[in-house]
Amino acid sequence: MQVVRCHRISSSNDVVVSTLPLYRSAPPLEVRLEDFELFAVDRLRVLKGISDGLSRGKKPEEIAKLAMDLWKANMRYPQATEDVNKDNISHFVLRLVYCRTEELRKWFLSMETALFRYRFHSESSEAQRALMSEFNLPYKAVSNAEFESVKDKLVQVARSMGQTLLPADAIFYKVPFEEVSELVAGRRVFIHKGHAYVAMNQVVSIVVTQFRSHLSKALILTNRKWTSTIREQEKDRLTPIVEALCTSYLGPDYSQPKEFAEISIKDIDQIAKTSFPLCMRHLFEKVREDHHLKHGGRMQLGLFLKGVGLKVDDALAFWKAEFAQKVGAERFDKEYAYNIRHNYGREGKRTDYTPYSCQKVILSTPGVGDHHGCPYRHFSEENLRAALARMGVGSRIVEDVIDKARNRHYQLACTLTFEAVHGSSCDAGINHPNQYFIESQKILQSKNGSMAQ
Amino acid sequence: MTKDEVENGRDDMLIDGPEQANAVPDGFNANYLRIYYGKLFPHADIFKWMSYGNDGKHPACDKSYIGRREFSFTLENDIYIRFQSFNSASELENSIKEKCPFKIDIGPVYSVDPAKRHAYAQSGDNVFTPVERELVFDIDITDYDDVRYCCTGADVCLECWPLMTIAIKVIDTALRDDFGFNHILWVYSGRRGVHCWVCDGKARRLTNEQRAAIADYFRVYQGNENSNKKISLPGHVLHPFLARSYTEVLKGFFEAKLLSNQNLLSSEERYEKILEMIPDAVAAELRGRWQEKKRSSMLKNDINVVRWEQLKHALQSGKQKAQGLRRCVEEIVFSFTYPRLDMEVSKHMNHLLKAPFCVHPKTGRVCVPIDPNNCDEFDPTKVPTLSQLLEELNRGGLRQDAEDEWDRTSLGESVTFFRSSFLHPLLKSCKEEIESSYNTKLQQAKNTLSW
Repeated sequence: MQVVRCHRISSSNDVVVSTLPLYRSAPPLEVRLEDFELFAVDRLRVLKGISDGLSRGKKPEEIAKLAMDLWKANMRYPQATEDVNKDNISHFVLRLVYCRTEELRKWFLSMETALFRYRFHSESSEAQRALMSEFNLPYKAVSNAEFESVKDKLVQVARSMGQTLLPADAIFYKVPFEEVSELVAGRRVFIHKGHAYVAMNQVVSIVVTQFRSHLSKALILTNRKWTSTIREQEKDRLTPIVEALCTSYLGPDYSQPKEFAEISIKDIDQIAKTSFPLCMRHLFEKVREDHHLKHGGRMQLGLFLKGVGLKVDDALAFWKAEFAQKVGAERFDKEYAYNIRHNYGREGKRTDYTPYSCQKVILSTPGVGDHHGCPYRHFSEENLRAALARMGVGSRIVEDVIDKARNRHYQLACTLTFEAVHGSSCDAGINHPNQYFIESQKILQSKNGSMAQ
Repeated sequence: MTKDEVENGRDDMLIDGPEQANAVPDGFNANYLRIYYGKLFPHADIFKWMSYGNDGKHPACDKSYIGRREFSFTLENDIYIRFQSFNSASELENSIKEKCPFKIDIGPVYSVDPAKRHAYAQSGDNVFTPVERELVFDIDITDYDDVRYCCTGADVCLECWPLMTIAIKVIDTALRDDFGFNHILWVYSGRRGVHCWVCDGKARRLTNEQRAAIADYFRVYQGNENSNKKISLPGHVLHPFLARSYTEVLKGFFEAKLLSNQNLLSSEERYEKILEMIPDAVAAELRGRWQEKKRSSMLKNDINVVRWEQLKHALQSGKQKAQGLRRCVEEIVFSFTYPRLDMEVSKHMNHLLKAPFCVHPKTGRVCVPIDPNNCDEFDPTKVPTLSQLLEELNRGGLRQDAEDEWDRTSLGESVTFFRSSFLHPLLKSCKEEIESSYNTKLQQAKNTLSW
């Protein structure tokens, strides 16, 4: 792909097989510098919209519709060929932007895969079959004889998912189970001796898995090329655009606490009561109560406290004061201190871990004995009510919050809680626990300031 | 001593009887371990296993394979050394005998020798990365603490150990029938759980995502003490895997053993936990009945069994039309009995897992294999301990040949089983795989060369 400054040269790419490109290789097109950035921004709106939908716990059908609406609004041209070009160009530009760290790659991979899945779903079945063959999938259509022998199991699987009957012309494919991880994970296929029996309508999953794995590898290669040649070569032209594109959209990661850097352990109980979001409050209370937390909880709370401004030595003192009551000071030093220092980038490969965003917290899966994750998602209604009451949320608002949580709008529930506790609105919506903390402190400090006057 | 001397009874000297001379006090320490590693630990078998046939003479054998496998040792005083690797059986054996590790963990096979990983870190490409690793599972009975009343924490007894037995049955059947794996090793973890090693080539080459998918396939239990219901089985019927597990293993065990062993319905505190899992209307009715009827002496049958029948009847009698009620019974059974896996262990290739035949420091018991076809008979309280084995060695007296000393101790059974049921079939299959892929490559090369 060549980027030029001057007038547009119309593309020679006149072969349009399917409207859904697979992004196998960068198209041989010339792009204007302005379009380089504009196309990417438009695509980023679509991807960000999907990301928001996911963290707000929207249902898959809602997100699919949202994605297609956003696509139409941002990525359409009157001429079909222009569509394909913008699609390709914007994708490859964003590859440059999002190849540069593990976390960026993960995000981009998830969003592009989700987008691909929704778009594939909305294609005609001929177009879908054509795309499948482009992937060279090692599947075989199940013969009639074999179908009869496993039919009752296939029906059972369908019924377990809420479908009543198999359609009359049901075609099934036999695929090695490794090809359809998503379906296996959700127990949405019958598997036998290593083979999964996949319904035609589930084929999307196969295709999407391939798409994802290819893109994942491509991003690594792109990163290598970026760091070894492109970044330097383009430092006066594309590199500043690429670097700006990323930070303008992901929002702050709260790994470098700024204004409120002076939190000490004696303040902690007080600020936990006033400014911690429910997820962190719960973890904090549990630490004080049980003098212990399992790994997931230690990570979620520990990184949050780092973002809040707790220095590594204070953090060690805090955790030790609690854990020593349960396991003894010596065991703490032996088994837990290392990991706390690790979180602050003081050990091992010295990565400075960033506090978890709401998206990450919501997507985690607490198990037995765990207290992390998003309470709006995991708490029973009774427990949630009690927790909100302890935070001082009035009973009418509690109902509102419960309603939001029930409908899986976890971040909206948290935002409502914030607004109730602080008596002021939060228009941006909560999408990061440290954001909750900072906004809370802002309000409290301005109240104190005005009172002091 | 000659026979004469024995018969004459040298009673002018204080002699300890033969039993006391051999007695080895219970314990776990470096001295015991040294003897264990010197005479009993099956070094060569572990090496052969980890080589997966690559230690043979066939031209297709990958000589670098075993050297790329990570081992880690935990030494006395909790010193922990990672990224150990060995290129021969004697290297492995000598290192273990010399370092005398309190615990040996096995990690993945990396792309390069782990000892040389720093040389490859410079390029920033992450060229040092796991390429093969067995599919592993870890089941720990402490994860069942909310449903067992006989023990808590690290304790295990014969009343609650069967939870592990049924976990083995459920998972083993699925691994073989559903996933098509054949080379599966189940190992006692030494104290309170079991590990599973799936060693088929296909399993070793699974990506992290595929491992996570398999772990999710097995996952039913969700949530924790903060949520109400931890098992939710939606849908009109169960997936064939869950249905099979229920009818073949879980239901029978729950109704015949667990209900009574754990007295799940005998007291208010206990039955309230179960009543919490069913709709209020039905729960209220049952509660009323059970609160009135204190222990009636008329009852011949176990009160738990009787109440369970009443509960099932109330839910399934069809008085209430809602489909969801039928699932309640299964959900209760699942929440008490269905296997609870540690997901993180299975999901990541670089997770380190304790090697079989290690000795558990807290119990002194050896991590012996468990036969999944006979797991009902496995008794964790009868697993040989370190001191017991040393005692058995003493009893045998001095021997000239140092080979196969394990065979005259209780460990013999385990090593034999390890070899015959697991290692030999595995190595046979590895050999076939190596040869056949070699032949395929040869054929391909021939085809491309032919004009």
